[in-house]
Amino acid sequence: MYEVRIDPKRCKGCGLCADFCPRNIYDFSWGSVPVAARSDDCVGCMQCEVKCPELAITVREAAP
Amino acid sequence: MKHNEFIREDRLPTFWCGGCGYGQVMNSITRAFEKAGVTLNDTVLVSGIGCWGHVDSFLKVNAFHGTHGRALAFATGIKLANPELNVVVALGDGDGVTIGGNHFIHACRRNIDLTAILCNNYNYGMTGGQYSSTTPEHSITSTSPYGHIEPGFDICKLAEVSGARYIARSISENVTQTAEYIAEAMSKKGFSFVEVLTPCTTHYGRNNAMKHPPELYRWLKSTVVPAAAAAKMTEDQLRNKFIIGKLYDRPGQDYGTRYRDEIQAKGIEDLAKKE
Ligand SMILES: Cc1ncc(C[n+]2csc(CCOP(=O)(O)OP(=O)(O)O)c2C)c(N)n1
Repeated sequence: MYEVRIDPKRCKGCGLCADFCPRNIYDFSWGSVPVAARSDDCVGCMQCEVKCPELAITVREAAP
Repeated sequence: MKHNEFIREDRLPTFWCGGCGYGQVMNSITRAFEKAGVTLNDTVLVSGIGCWGHVDSFLKVNAFHGTHGRALAFATGIKLANPELNVVVALGDGDGVTIGGNHFIHACRRNIDLTAILCNNYNYGMTGGQYSSTTPEHSITSTSPYGHIEPGFDICKLAEVSGARYIARSISENVTQTAEYIAEAMSKKGFSFVEVLTPCTTHYGRNNAMKHPPELYRWLKSTVVPAAAAAKMTEDQLRNKFIIGKLYDRPGQDYGTRYRDEIQAKGIEDLAKKE
């Protein structure tokens, strides 16, 4: 289980996290901050955390 | 230090546009710093003017924000006066090889012990998306509204023939790979060069019918070929493609070492700052 946090103060809504995510965990529409709606599906690949240009995402293993 | 400790969190969000790849390259730099084991006191980041030049605002290491196109000239002075410092230079394509092209070829030729990280976003981002010397042919920019009619530079080739010590090319989204190249570049004595192809979402992307950042990232990825795959491709297949990977690594003495050997042999006092 992973916990995906997005800092809304940093996010500029570029949509890269939603685009890169191999498990499609994000709900995203242009002009808004994405929501990790299906974080249960997250496998912790860290693509979104590493590639977010604003360093706005943290993915951490959550206690079950 | 851990990579995130190099970031000035109080300065975030960055000043760059949504989807701009510069944040990714900044992330790579901090990861390279962690890998190279640098500290805040032994490293200086020298930058020029442009969106990428602003990277020093978000990092804790010492910085010298110079004039447009002259970062390498300032960095040369800093390195020769303080040979113990790690000098990292942030260049834009406009900054580094358009207005600053002459400094670039001569820093390579002299083989000054610097690590230059050039973010190539194919245009002058800060001033409104005008074409630079790396803008690909046929692209639309604010100063080439009918399509650009000049060929662009292959900067890595330019660095190679000019005499650079180490050369690698990456794309900004490959954050960890770029960090490895930067860390390796920092470990080499001599002029080390890492070019990072970086999407400019506001200008290059929108001007070329890629409205949203992910489209531009996909296009950029489609234009690059890893070095191993490129070795098996024909010249025709490689037209308009950029080869990514570690491209060049040659031995050779850097300028500072040669200079100090020379003055020592002649018994002249070394004025460079001592530990
Ligand atoms: C001597 C001088 N000429 C022109 C300018 C105007 N100017 C500021 S930034 C810039 C272009 C920057 O482009 P680039 O280096 O590609 O960086 P980017 O903004 O794309 O990151 C120009 C022409 C200047 N500041 N100083």
